[in-house]
Amino acid sequence: MSSRIFTRFVSVLLLGWTFGNTAMAAETAPNFSLPTQAGTLALADLKGKVVYLDFWASWCPPCRKSFPWMNEMERRYSRQGLAVVAVNLDKDQELADKFLNEVPAEFNVAFDPQGTVADSYHVPGMPSSFIIDRHGKIQAIHIGFREEDSTDLEASLRSALSR
Amino acid sequence: MRTLAMIIACSALLLSGCADVKPWDRDLLAQKKMQLVPAPVDNALDEHVYFSKEAASGGQGVGGGGCGCN
Repeated sequence: MSSRIFTRFVSVLLLGWTFGNTAMAAETAPNFSLPTQAGTLALADLKGKVVYLDFWASWCPPCRKSFPWMNEMERRYSRQGLAVVAVNLDKDQELADKFLNEVPAEFNVAFDPQGTVADSYHVPGMPSSFIIDRHGKIQAIHIGFREEDSTDLEASLRSALSR
Repeated sequence: MRTLAMIIACSALLLSGCADVKPWDRDLLAQKKMQLVPAPVDNALDEHVYFSKEAASGGQGVGGGGCGCN
């Protein structure tokens, strides 16, 4: 009798372990402190702002498309309290610098070569972006970047900014 | 008996030899020299020749210039 209960318990554990995923929606965004092109930036500094947190790398082709759009968002909504933070995950700083020379960024670019912040956010794919509301909660996670998605993304940003 | 089978199945998935590669560690895999097909356009042209001349088709990935022969 107790061995049946035991096997049932182990089965539930195994099922959960095999198929359970670590999604981050509606959780508090983990804090981080990373070097940027202009000093250190911590997520806690941006409390009260809507943060568009993007994880990118030089070898990720959709990231090239996402930068002009992120520049546009920064221009349009920074006055309303939007902060765009793009975390670079290149292991080689030179590649990141080369990318930034070709595709300039008007927003905060942070560097996380070890991938510790990406790990804490359980980044599901490259690129991924997290919309963090003014209270520090993750409102939306978006994997990849396609031009067609930009209107929906902007709409999510506007709704987060309006709260 | 069925729980035992399920335990074995889940263990097979968990203990499999798949390496857990984080998405941001795929930089090496994204390099051009790491692609399965080194020259996609050349490969597509070759595939067209095989289809036209030898009536042989398939077995190749469609990525990189499939000319819609199939």
